[in-house]
Amino acid sequence: MMENFKKLAKKPLFLPIFCMILVLLINVIKSPDFFAIKINNGVLFGRIIDILNRGSEIAILAVGQTLVVAVSAGTDISVGSVMSLSACGCCMLLAGYGNNSVSTLAVPMVVGMLFGVFMGGLSGAMNGALVAKLKIQPMVATLILFTAGRAIGLLLCNNQITYIRYEPYKYLGNFLPGCPIPTPVFVAIIVIAVVSILLKKTALGLYIQSVGINSRAARISGINSEVICFICYVICGICAGIAGIVASSRIYSADSNNIGLTFELDAILAVALGGNSLGGGKFNLAGSIIGAYTIQAITTTLLAMGVSTDKAPVFKAIIVIIIVVVQAPAFKAYMAARRAQKASVKEAA
Amino acid sequence: MKTKRKLDSNTVLVFITIALFVVMYAIGCGIYQDKGFGNLQTFLNILINNAGLICVTCGMTCVMLTGGIDISVGSVIAMDCMLLVYGMTEWKMGAVQMVILILVIGLIFGAVQGFLVGYLEIQPFIVTMAGMFFARGMTAVICSGQISITEADNPTFYAWANSKINLPEFLGKANRHGKIVVPYIRPTVIIAFLVLILIFLMLKYTKFGRNLYAVGGNQMSATMMGLNVKKTKMLSHVLSSLLCSIGGILYCLNTMSGSVNQATGLEMDAIASAVIGGTLLTGGVGNVIGSFFGVMITGTITVLVNTNGKLLSSWANIATAALLCIFIILQSVFALVKARRNK
Repeated sequence: MMENFKKLAKKPLFLPIFCMILVLLINVIKSPDFFAIKINNGVLFGRIIDILNRGSEIAILAVGQTLVVAVSAGTDISVGSVMSLSACGCCMLLAGYGNNSVSTLAVPMVVGMLFGVFMGGLSGAMNGALVAKLKIQPMVATLILFTAGRAIGLLLCNNQITYIRYEPYKYLGNFLPGCPIPTPVFVAIIVIAVVSILLKKTALGLYIQSVGINSRAARISGINSEVICFICYVICGICAGIAGIVASSRIYSADSNNIGLTFELDAILAVALGGNSLGGGKFNLAGSIIGAYTIQAITTTLLAMGVSTDKAPVFKAIIVIIIVVVQAPAFKAYMAARRAQKASVKEAA
Repeated sequence: MKTKRKLDSNTVLVFITIALFVVMYAIGCGIYQDKGFGNLQTFLNILINNAGLICVTCGMTCVMLTGGIDISVGSVIAMDCMLLVYGMTEWKMGAVQMVILILVIGLIFGAVQGFLVGYLEIQPFIVTMAGMFFARGMTAVICSGQISITEADNPTFYAWANSKINLPEFLGKANRHGKIVVPYIRPTVIIAFLVLILIFLMLKYTKFGRNLYAVGGNQMSATMMGLNVKKTKMLSHVLSSLLCSIGGILYCLNTMSGSVNQATGLEMDAIASAVIGGTLLTGGVGNVIGSFFGVMITGTITVLVNTNGKLLSSWANIATAALLCIFIILQSVFALVKARRNK
């Protein structure tokens, strides 16, 4: 029994699935109608749907974050700010500079959204250039956009909240007419599918792992590690851009100070919960995605228990610390030494 | 033969910083002369407003010397301010007791972060990022609104915050009514300078100070020399959190209020100041004098943006971030050039 469990615990997806089941179990015990799904006004309604819906942005961010962590052993802490930057860019273009509430668009909606994604990609390119080319620690490089991103967003929106009161703009973050499933779920599925096909069908995934494990060895064996690292940051930026537009579409506005707030923590937590080492190297995209939805489940649970959003980071920070402590080589060595000591005591007796 | 003393790139960076500050201030004086930018009091106000940041940056410099970083400082300051104000208004505690409580909390916070970084060898960024969100969340747990402190709540604290130290009279200027206005500073500035001098002496003349440089310069050789690298790293974080708590108290004396969104982005100001002041992100190089000028530069940027009046306040953030970006790139270019020369 114990042996089987230990074998199971060695599996790469054990940690994320275990955490997911744990969170769901707590929820079911607390409120038995947790899994109930109703249809209200032609759309699906229920806790599970809510988690899938709200978790989309975190899942999209986690995809990009996983690659960044794998390739550079550091995390991109600017994703939340880049989300808000891309939302502001998109809404600024749609509304025309300086207008704070419009019902007719200045440019076609697709152009605005593409511009938002482009802003995300541009931010990613800047981070990537600093990290890959100039060899700056990833977190310091992304710290620049972490604070400047929101400030630039405010400038783009002329220091106010820009509302887009145009019906189709709300589709992306809410429901398509006649479709019972929330649209963000589809967006998340598309992003995940595109990135996993990119990783599976090309050698990119392998390259990322080899650069992450040993970038010098990768370079000697003929991989351009700088370009690989740069590509990862650009993908992360684009993911943040897409997430930002979804988040903006949810509230059909660009609120620079609040879009994507503390999402960087959620994204990093999703990667850590997914069983990926924050020290880089091998990565597991599926784990990160399960981790992302687990985070959302935790957030929803906390909200249901009456913990407000500004207090939730306390719990998440503690979870992050527990996970990294358990992953830490020093901690593992200490536990192994203790186990060996126990075994030797048993043998002596 | 005249021996030419070779300037190394780091001294050059510090000189660039000081020159940048002088130039920036001179330009400010030129453009905004009519708005009183050239007054001595404007300069002193920069000191008064940034007394807390000077303390925080001293701590940040110590951590960055070991090659680490501490991004929890902004949130810790918010937590300290909130706790100070809440303690004095709701619990009716004395000012001295609250200050001691804040310092103890700073020590514990630093000890936990330092243990995780030093002994468990987790990346300092991850640990302090968790610390950042933890402290920000705790601020909301203490109180999620905005509260401020008045004279009725705690007269002692109010008196501390409002006491002025006048400079000699000959520095004063006659105002419109012919009355001489004497420039003043607040006690917070004195505390900040005391901290600055103490840390400067510590880094230069004590064993612990030299250990910080050794660990940051080359961890491997520091270990081989028999230094306790783990302990040094942990102590650097304890020191940083303690200075951050002192900074938080000074910050609170300046704002007299606590709110969840207070001091957002202050970690960036502190890191930018240290980096602009010539502290290398990789560790081993830097001193607090440079960091002080870094703080003065970020302070001047804020004053310039505020004096203009038309610019949005987010320009100050963007300018600081851009400056940080430029200095990081400069550092990295210097390092690359050096590496190429050594080859």
